[in-house]
Amino acid sequence: MTAAATKIEQVGHLGRPVYQLRNVAKSYVRRKLHALDAVDLTLTEGSFSSVIGPSGCGKSTLLKIMSGLVPPSQGSVVLEGRPVTGPRSDIGMMFQQATLFPWRTTLQNVVLPIEIRDGKAAAARKHDAARDLLELVGLKGFENAYPNELSGGMAQRAAICRMLVTEPAVLLLDEPFSALDELARDFMNMELQRICTARNATAFLVTHSIPEAVILSNVVYVMSPRPGRFVEAVTIDLPRPRTLDMMTEPRFGAYVQRIRARLDQGAFI
Amino acid sequence: MTEVLEGRPSVADTVWTEPVSLIDSVPRSVAMLALFVVFIALWQAVHGFGIVSPIILPSPWATFMDILFVGQNLISGGYMLPALGVTIAEVILGFAIALAIGFSLGVLVGETKFGERAVMPYLVAIDTMPKVAFAPLFLGWLGFGISSKVALAAFIATFSIVVGTAAGLHAAEENARMLFKTMGATRLQTLVKMKLPMALPQIFTGLKLAAVGVMAGAITGEFIGGGKGFGELIRVAAAQLNTPRVFSLITYLSLLGLSLFWTVVWLERKLVFWRRSSIGEGIAGQ
Ligand SMILES: Nc1ncnc2c1ncn2[C@@H]1O[C@H](COP(=O)(O)OP(=O)(O)OP(=O)(O)O)[C@@H](O)[C@H]1O
Ligand SMILES: [Mg+2]
Repeated sequence: MTAAATKIEQVGHLGRPVYQLRNVAKSYVRRKLHALDAVDLTLTEGSFSSVIGPSGCGKSTLLKIMSGLVPPSQGSVVLEGRPVTGPRSDIGMMFQQATLFPWRTTLQNVVLPIEIRDGKAAAARKHDAARDLLELVGLKGFENAYPNELSGGMAQRAAICRMLVTEPAVLLLDEPFSALDELARDFMNMELQRICTARNATAFLVTHSIPEAVILSNVVYVMSPRPGRFVEAVTIDLPRPRTLDMMTEPRFGAYVQRIRARLDQGAFI
Repeated sequence: MTEVLEGRPSVADTVWTEPVSLIDSVPRSVAMLALFVVFIALWQAVHGFGIVSPIILPSPWATFMDILFVGQNLISGGYMLPALGVTIAEVILGFAIALAIGFSLGVLVGETKFGERAVMPYLVAIDTMPKVAFAPLFLGWLGFGISSKVALAAFIATFSIVVGTAAGLHAAEENARMLFKTMGATRLQTLVKMKLPMALPQIFTGLKLAAVGVMAGAITGEFIGGGKGFGELIRVAAAQLNTPRVFSLITYLSLLGLSLFWTVVWLERKLVFWRRSSIGEGIAGQ
């Protein structure tokens, strides 16, 4: 256990630290439920990290605390030197559901965060930037389509644009593609990598898929069952840009194996 | 292989199509017309065999002639036109008041803890009462003019709008709420840009019920409180045992009710364009 703890400390001191969590824990008082144990985490600029763990171990809770949606019971969350005390526009967040609003066109859905923050006029001025984003994710020609004309994968891509339109410095992703089929999901993951690299964005991904975590991440954090805490941080030493072909490499298989073993072990703690 | 199959229909010839039932192949208008004809024939039969006295059930023909007569009276600006005007005014005013009050109360109940905890129980209690029982009260308070009928119509129609609005506001899903929170939306922004549009289908279910209720309220008010409306004409015709007149007046009233209902449905299709609802929704609902 001490070995794992030291390992966690070593990780991620290569670039400039962007996110710093110190001793963050969460109990839901009403249900007397200890959801999250002390979590320490540092995310460096431009890094991609994933967290993987059994269902109900507090992954979403951790993400909600990081994004300022839910206050922690203890500990501190600092982003770009300022403590997080509520939702912030330099944080982009994405959930399992695309949640596009059916009465808005794709373009109007994408500029919604701007409309809410700066008003309708500012949103109209962002239309060109939003169109570029839609083109980037392959939704050119669907700007004026309504969400019920989009497939699940297309809706999720529009949701990515909506997250990116405010140009957030960090992306918090809660199983963003788990509702998609495997082919679409692989494709979206590669898209995500491309976008993150292009913008030097810092990303933190919650997932249930070990291969997905390995192919995307610099570091994969393995969480214990509830109350969740990190039991291991696995540094993925594969060259970038990652490609889907790497999934067949023995090195890749070894990482997957190691994380799976750690998860199985964790289930009996 | 080919020899074996020779002389038999090849597999590719076998087509499997969706079975079409008889009723599916008939256009809706034809089906409706057919049912109407059957209904009139049955009516004529019951009348022709003298099973029921003409005072209770007039012949289809007598009724049809009276419908023409009333129609002519209305078109030529006869004495029935002002009566229809009075009833229309009651219905529209009642509906407008029900909409204003019902929507406001619905937002109060659906948006605030106070509304949900303190106001809702009273609304439920009143809603379970037979609301026409309040008619004599309204007459006592507002007199025998149009206002007492408007009040009763609005009173009956309000609750379904309250319930529709409040339920619609509660229906906003957790994901959408969370998304608005991450975008830093204010409470008003969340209400206007997310919860209310999401609530529209249920608000319209409430409005359709209200359109039905407001008609019942206005006519009940006229039956009990007299006045100069269409309900009064029906009451007088019934008292004179002029049954064909009663039937034809009811026909025109149902046309009035239908036009109000269809206006609501039309508005719903315009506003809630992303969702196809069925006509029955609202009547069958709740
Ligand atoms: N608002 C809340 N109030 C009370 N308990 C909650 C709340 N949100 C989550 N919990 C509880 O906290 C625990 C952790 O939940 P969380 O959603 O963070 O899990 P998770 O790791 O994201 O699970 P999954 O992988 O299934 O998404 C669960 O036991 C859940 O029941
Ligand atoms: Mg979760």
